[in-house]
Amino acid sequence: MEFAFTQEQEMIRDTAASFLAQVSDSAAVRAAMATETGYDPALWSRICTQMYWQAIHVPEAYGGMGLGYVEVVAMMEQMGKHLLCSPFFSTVCMGVNALLIAANDEQKAQWLPTICEGNTTATLAFNGGVNRWDTTAVTATWRKEGDNIVLNGSYRYVIDGHTADLLIVAARQEGESSDIALFVLPAQTPGVTRAWLPTMDQARRQASIALQEVTVETAAMLSGADSGNAALTRIVDLAAIALAAEQVGGSQQMLDATVAYTSERVQFNRTIASYQAVKHKAADMMLQVEVARSAVYYAACVAQEALSGSTLGAELPEAASVAKSYCSDAYFAVAGDALQLFGGVGFTWEYDVHLYFKRAKSSEHMLGNGAYHRERLAAMLLD
Amino acid sequence: MKLSFSAEDEQFRQEVASWLRDNLSGEFEKLKGRGGPGDEHSFPQERKVWEQKLAQGKWTCVGWPQAYGGRGCSIEQQVIFFEEYARARAPGRMGHIGEGLTGPTLIAYGTQAQRDKYLPGILDGTQFWCQGYSEPGAGSDLANVKTRAAFDQASGKWRINGQKVWTSLAHESDYCFVIARTDPGSVGHKGLGFFLVEMDQPGIQVRPIEQITGTSEFNEVFFDDAECSSEDIVGEPGEGWKVAMGLLGFERGVSTLGQQMLFQNEFDEVVRLARSNGAASDPVIRQRIARAHTELKIMRYNSMRMLSGQSTGDGSLQKEALIYKLFWATWHRSLGELAMDVMGPECEILDAPPYALNRLQSMYLFVRADTIYGGTNQIQRNIIAERGLGMPKEPRGTL
Ligand SMILES: Cc1cc2nc3c(=O)[nH]c(=O)nc-3n(C[C@H](O)[C@H](O)[C@H](O)COP(=O)(O)OP(=O)(O)OC[C@H]3O[C@@H](n4cnc5c(N)ncnc54)[C@H](O)[C@@H]3O)c2cc1C
Repeated sequence: MEFAFTQEQEMIRDTAASFLAQVSDSAAVRAAMATETGYDPALWSRICTQMYWQAIHVPEAYGGMGLGYVEVVAMMEQMGKHLLCSPFFSTVCMGVNALLIAANDEQKAQWLPTICEGNTTATLAFNGGVNRWDTTAVTATWRKEGDNIVLNGSYRYVIDGHTADLLIVAARQEGESSDIALFVLPAQTPGVTRAWLPTMDQARRQASIALQEVTVETAAMLSGADSGNAALTRIVDLAAIALAAEQVGGSQQMLDATVAYTSERVQFNRTIASYQAVKHKAADMMLQVEVARSAVYYAACVAQEALSGSTLGAELPEAASVAKSYCSDAYFAVAGDALQLFGGVGFTWEYDVHLYFKRAKSSEHMLGNGAYHRERLAAMLLD
Repeated sequence: MKLSFSAEDEQFRQEVASWLRDNLSGEFEKLKGRGGPGDEHSFPQERKVWEQKLAQGKWTCVGWPQAYGGRGCSIEQQVIFFEEYARARAPGRMGHIGEGLTGPTLIAYGTQAQRDKYLPGILDGTQFWCQGYSEPGAGSDLANVKTRAAFDQASGKWRINGQKVWTSLAHESDYCFVIARTDPGSVGHKGLGFFLVEMDQPGIQVRPIEQITGTSEFNEVFFDDAECSSEDIVGEPGEGWKVAMGLLGFERGVSTLGQQMLFQNEFDEVVRLARSNGAASDPVIRQRIARAHTELKIMRYNSMRMLSGQSTGDGSLQKEALIYKLFWATWHRSLGELAMDVMGPECEILDAPPYALNRLQSMYLFVRADTIYGGTNQIQRNIIAERGLGMPKEPRGTL
């Protein structure tokens, strides 16, 4: 057993941390937030050409760096800490994962290299607008028409859906109730309309997507080894683990900021950090951050196993739900406590606390909140 | 103990309700449900006109004694008024600081000249007030105010210098009551004065503070040789703390039941939403809705105990009053979270860019202030432990 980052992984994390400290400070986040795109294309291009993060866990055969999901998670943690506005999560933790899991070799060879080159962003659209995050959330449909496939339907809560170049969409065969297939198509395909859905958390973009008689070649249907249902479940679990990592990073930042602020702020001639009421709250915050981190690191290892096809990968749904349920609640609680301990300034737009507080809520609801994932675990245990 | 209101009181209820029905219409229709915490930026001018409409019906300052121009309503009638007001979804009161804080303070501690000067403008809904207590260095530790007031013999006026912060509605106010240090060498609650200061003067600058909702209802207020006439200090120089604390006593008044009616409106909206979007079938949500309902009900019973005690004289020391702020603020904060969780992923979606929040989103964000202003949850717990349970005081530091 080796349940710690290797030296190499530590280096990757530290490089990411110091890069993000430079490029994703409060001013940069706020500037990106104010745009419809939601991120700075110049910065994303710099990330793609200098850091090569978009290619991090793509196998070398497809032009990637060939690293694993532990590295992805280490990066997501840092991005959450610095609230980086970028299409990394949608492209790498949804798009690339979807291709790695659901595509056949030919499809991988067609799409992964273009993502690695940094010219193509991608996202996953599957939820038809319900508060469920499994295959039952899919409402769009597909049918065969000659050599082509025709897609119809709509999606909500699609991360970066209005800007992504490449869409991976889930749809059910018309007339068949259960079988889901995944399709990859350029966002510019005729019949695709996309609209930005402005959100409370302005540091990450969501969109709605509508498909009206969208015609694609049969080759657009992802046809790897898994069934569509199994593939979608795994893709969502992997994304949830990445999101949980981001939640850990955000929680850590809120804890750090709270310790720093309360150690400076004086009331009644004492730093407020010297009050036991404040220390105990901070201690509880740290407990949640560390527990959350343990959950995520374990899930990251399981995700890695799942991607490489090993047997431990069978634990993926459980590990994903354990991590996402705990981290969702922890981040929201920690960010809320931070706001409380900042007092009046925590309630302002000027201080960054509200950015994290809002991110905590949006991440909590994205891909299933604590209650959703606990119900999923309960079903695994009891049903 | 009895639960029902007298026939006379029920009659009064009809009167309030029918006046509101008749008058909250036409140009005022659009004000329904607007204003109040989290929505103060909506229609401030129109809501000021509404205050004057209320005044015409003699529905401002219903709890003030008749001798001072009020209706002299009993506690029960005040409760009824605030309940009906909230039930009618009448707009958030622009005049609540003047009516609820300035007026009672002047009636209790002011001179007759001050009452003659200021009460009429509050009664007729033409003059609006804000509360200049907090400063950058004086939040929970309110007695740490640094704003200075010096009497200038030459002009016969007080000159005020310093800064206030978080001053709600200062940008819509004609007057501010300010606590400032009259004794330059003093510290803590000694050496303070309580001043009635006109906002529209060169020595005062108001700068809005943008809050978590993207809107601004509070401000920084800068005093740079602001003037205040010698008649506009309440109490003697050095007595400011006594007046300031007396005023805070008025804050926990009968308006709590009206506030609960607003909570009820919000809660009802959450329930409606849960029914319509399917969240009502989620067992976790069901539990949380039932809990919120339970606690809102008890909140009302608790207030009834508080108010009954108050009429016998020593309201502020009762235990049910001591826990009230912590209870409602924490409840309201959870209601915000419940509202978002009932909405599910839709809770993120705004009405429009850049930041048009719907009512529940705005409520959810704004309630984070409830556990901060008026004594944070931590300070409330200290007060409960020290005053309610007689436990030792937190030692002051020596920094
Ligand atoms: C929406 C809003 C409207 C407001 N309107 C007004 C207004 O109109 N006029 C006005 O004068 N003020 C107003 N305020 C100010 C409000 O009263 C202060 O924000 C409040 O008193 C807290 O002070 P602070 O913000 O300086 O926080 P701080 O006092 O710095 O507190 C920071 C944190 O430290 C904790 N803390 C402090 N002391 C202790 C202790 N002894 N033990 C344990 N924990 C402690 C607090 O609980 C808090 O969590 C408003 C505030 C808000 C948010």
